[in-house]
Amino acid sequence: MIRFIFHRLLLLIPTFFGVTLLAFIFIRLIPGDPVEILVGERGISPERHAQILHDLGLDRPLWEQYVVFFQNVLHGDLGRSLVTRTPVLDEFLTLFPATVELSLCAITFALVIGLPVGILAAIRRGTVLDHTVMGITLTGYSMPIFWWGLLLIILFSGILGWTPVSGRISFLYFVEPVTGFMLVDTWLSGEKGAFASAVRHLILPTIVLGTIPLAVIARQTRSAMLEVLSEDYVRTARAKGLPPARVIGLHALRNALIPVVTTIGLQVGVLLAGAILTETIFSWPGVGKWLVDSIFRRDYPSVQGGLLLIATVVMVVNLIVDLLYGLINPRIRHAR
Amino acid sequence: MKRILLGTACALATVLMLGTGASTGAEAKTLVFCSEGSPEGFNPSLYTAGTTFDASSRQIFNRLVEFERGTTKIVPALAESWEVSSDGLEYTFHLRRGVKFHTTKNFTPTRDFNADDVLFSFERQRDPNHPYHKVSGAQYEYFVSMDMPNIIKKIEKVDDYTVKFILNVPEAPFIANLAMDFASIMSAEYADRMRAAGTPEKVDLSPVGTGPFQLVAYQKDAVIRYKAHPDYWAGKAPIDTLIFAITPDPSVRYQKLKAGECHVMPYPNPADLEAMRKDPDINLLQQEGLNVGYLAFNTEKKPFDDKRVRQALNMAVNKQAIIDVVFQGAGTVAKNPIPPTIWSYNDEVKDYPYDPARAKALLAEAGVTNLKTNIWAMPVQRPYNPNARRMAELIQADWAKVGVEAEIVTYEWGEYLKRSKLGEHDTVLLGWTGDNGDPDNFLFVLLGCEAAKNGANRARWCYKPFNDLLVQAKRTADVAERTRLYKQAQVIFKEEAPWITIAHSIVFKPVRKEVIDFRIDPFGGHVFYGVDLKE
Repeated sequence: MIRFIFHRLLLLIPTFFGVTLLAFIFIRLIPGDPVEILVGERGISPERHAQILHDLGLDRPLWEQYVVFFQNVLHGDLGRSLVTRTPVLDEFLTLFPATVELSLCAITFALVIGLPVGILAAIRRGTVLDHTVMGITLTGYSMPIFWWGLLLIILFSGILGWTPVSGRISFLYFVEPVTGFMLVDTWLSGEKGAFASAVRHLILPTIVLGTIPLAVIARQTRSAMLEVLSEDYVRTARAKGLPPARVIGLHALRNALIPVVTTIGLQVGVLLAGAILTETIFSWPGVGKWLVDSIFRRDYPSVQGGLLLIATVVMVVNLIVDLLYGLINPRIRHAR
Repeated sequence: MKRILLGTACALATVLMLGTGASTGAEAKTLVFCSEGSPEGFNPSLYTAGTTFDASSRQIFNRLVEFERGTTKIVPALAESWEVSSDGLEYTFHLRRGVKFHTTKNFTPTRDFNADDVLFSFERQRDPNHPYHKVSGAQYEYFVSMDMPNIIKKIEKVDDYTVKFILNVPEAPFIANLAMDFASIMSAEYADRMRAAGTPEKVDLSPVGTGPFQLVAYQKDAVIRYKAHPDYWAGKAPIDTLIFAITPDPSVRYQKLKAGECHVMPYPNPADLEAMRKDPDINLLQQEGLNVGYLAFNTEKKPFDDKRVRQALNMAVNKQAIIDVVFQGAGTVAKNPIPPTIWSYNDEVKDYPYDPARAKALLAEAGVTNLKTNIWAMPVQRPYNPNARRMAELIQADWAKVGVEAEIVTYEWGEYLKRSKLGEHDTVLLGWTGDNGDPDNFLFVLLGCEAAKNGANRARWCYKPFNDLLVQAKRTADVAERTRLYKQAQVIFKEEAPWITIAHSIVFKPVRKEVIDFRIDPFGGHVFYGVDLKE
């Protein structure tokens, strides 16, 4: 197992190197000059334009810029945003907890509903229940996030008045960020009503962001379960007279979970992509929206730093998933 | 399994029942503004975006002179009065006494505002050797683009409450420049203290000003909190707390406004305006914007160097149709390069009529047949042009009727600005929003000979009789005389037709009914001093 982990960690190094290169190149491939965008219609004289590019170090050859960037990354310095002039790492760390909090809630939501629903559909294969579940999940999967979010806001916040429209907490509460996780911070603050407000603000974004992973997990669970349920050992277990709950919960589910865990790992990327839209609709102060804004502004340091950090997170999560996979499936850990 | 599902449903229901909607007005006098984005920072002299000015200069800081709320009129602020020397080169400001800076967790002021603060605020931007000049990687883009480094020769402290600006050349719009956001006055004492502590950039991150509100907390992309400055020199603001709830999506802003989660919202979707008008809880304020959307002919290229061609293409465009389709009524046809809200607007100027037949004849007279050209359409939405692509299509169709074939061209925004500045276009759609309410800020900046050299003049039109009038007006302090000169300039402009003046947009501002005395700022900003809420 230790060799397996070591092997996976070693693979991270070239991946990390590749990511720094891609992050650096991608933003520069998009046409557009950060200085021109900064000054807009107002315009700028060519001399001053050259001066600013020089001050920002953007007049140097590309390879030189990359070397500087890479060296700084190794020292933990991702540079300063061209727009706000604050360190990229600071901005990322301020915003990242909001994205993590929302993503965790969304994946929990997707798991708590998606897994049992998938199992249920598999057991009751071919029934009305199965068809309904599959129909609903397909609809959920196909729903454009932006539209889905607005629809929920109009219904639950606008018409019914059950949930707040957007934001992380009501303006009535003022909670100093300690961890950056609103649920934790409001809990720690002990301010009456603040925690409940934070929870209520999480409901709609969680549902919106969790919808696609939920659909994927439910469908994946169903098909994995169906496959396992038709295996000989399950038939044997049933024939031995084991109670159905034990057959499904212990014998079938454990094996069915293997592809599902992989799916969950892959959903991390989906969540981060979905976070961009969800964060915009719900005014959620996370990294998704920040990254998109930075791309539009051609804020090179923010984009390359942000991409690098997000890619690192995705890599680490996938590493954890791989390790979990090994835990669940002995064939994998022994194969290496 | 059923039990799990039931449990989940119960948990969700319980959470939903924890309370209904967000409430407003539970706390006395908290005004919430659903702002459209995060500020770039809190020092207005470092940035150029309106969103940043809303969050900084317009609430936290004052300037020597300011625009009266809701107008472009200059009124005294931190300077109680001023004199201009007869040669127009010396501006002497008499400063207000007893003005208090904010007390924050970083800083407790030991003295009132005085001339040192004025010197600090301007010298930081002007003098490359000033200890603060390079702090926060500042470029002072606005200060530079208003040509202040060349206009100001020297700034002198006469005494603690008198400051003199000495200029290199007479510059009549100078006073209006001082009312702009970049000219906000910061505390020199705070700057000294932060520098001594080794944290000079704190001056830009945790602002200390003399303005009606002071910053309490900022969470990027989420919220900005202010409290009323208790010792504000013009009297404490009627509201106690001001909150910017950062809400980038206009549909969501509208939902928040409807739900009472905010009181004022900027930039509504045009499609929502009708519903807003009918909403009993919302007042939809409106005002003509201080802007102009135009199409500039590249007068350096043939056949656009011939004014008959430019005039003909002016006559070929049905502007009213553009207002109806592109602006959906939220605009008015422009005939002058400055909007009617700016003084010296010449209402006697007659616009070219929509007359394709005459246009055709004029083109024939100029010897232009089978003209093939291009129309550049901006890739972004702007107040002066909500849909450039659509606008270009309408113009393309109109021109086709007079035998002119135009191809629509577009680029990414930064690229668009750069290439059009280099004059790669035949005709280009662009626009401008005024900075300081002075006609010079439109005419000289967009149509002067100097602007033709540096590219801001997209028509690349340098016409001496016109430019002479602008230069003369710059050198004259007398407003009546300047008005006369600018009116004359507008007549020449129309005759020479370097642009097709297309539209001035109308700005809409939905506010909740309980908001008292919110005024639309002609510069597109949001000023909350003086705004109140019904009990």
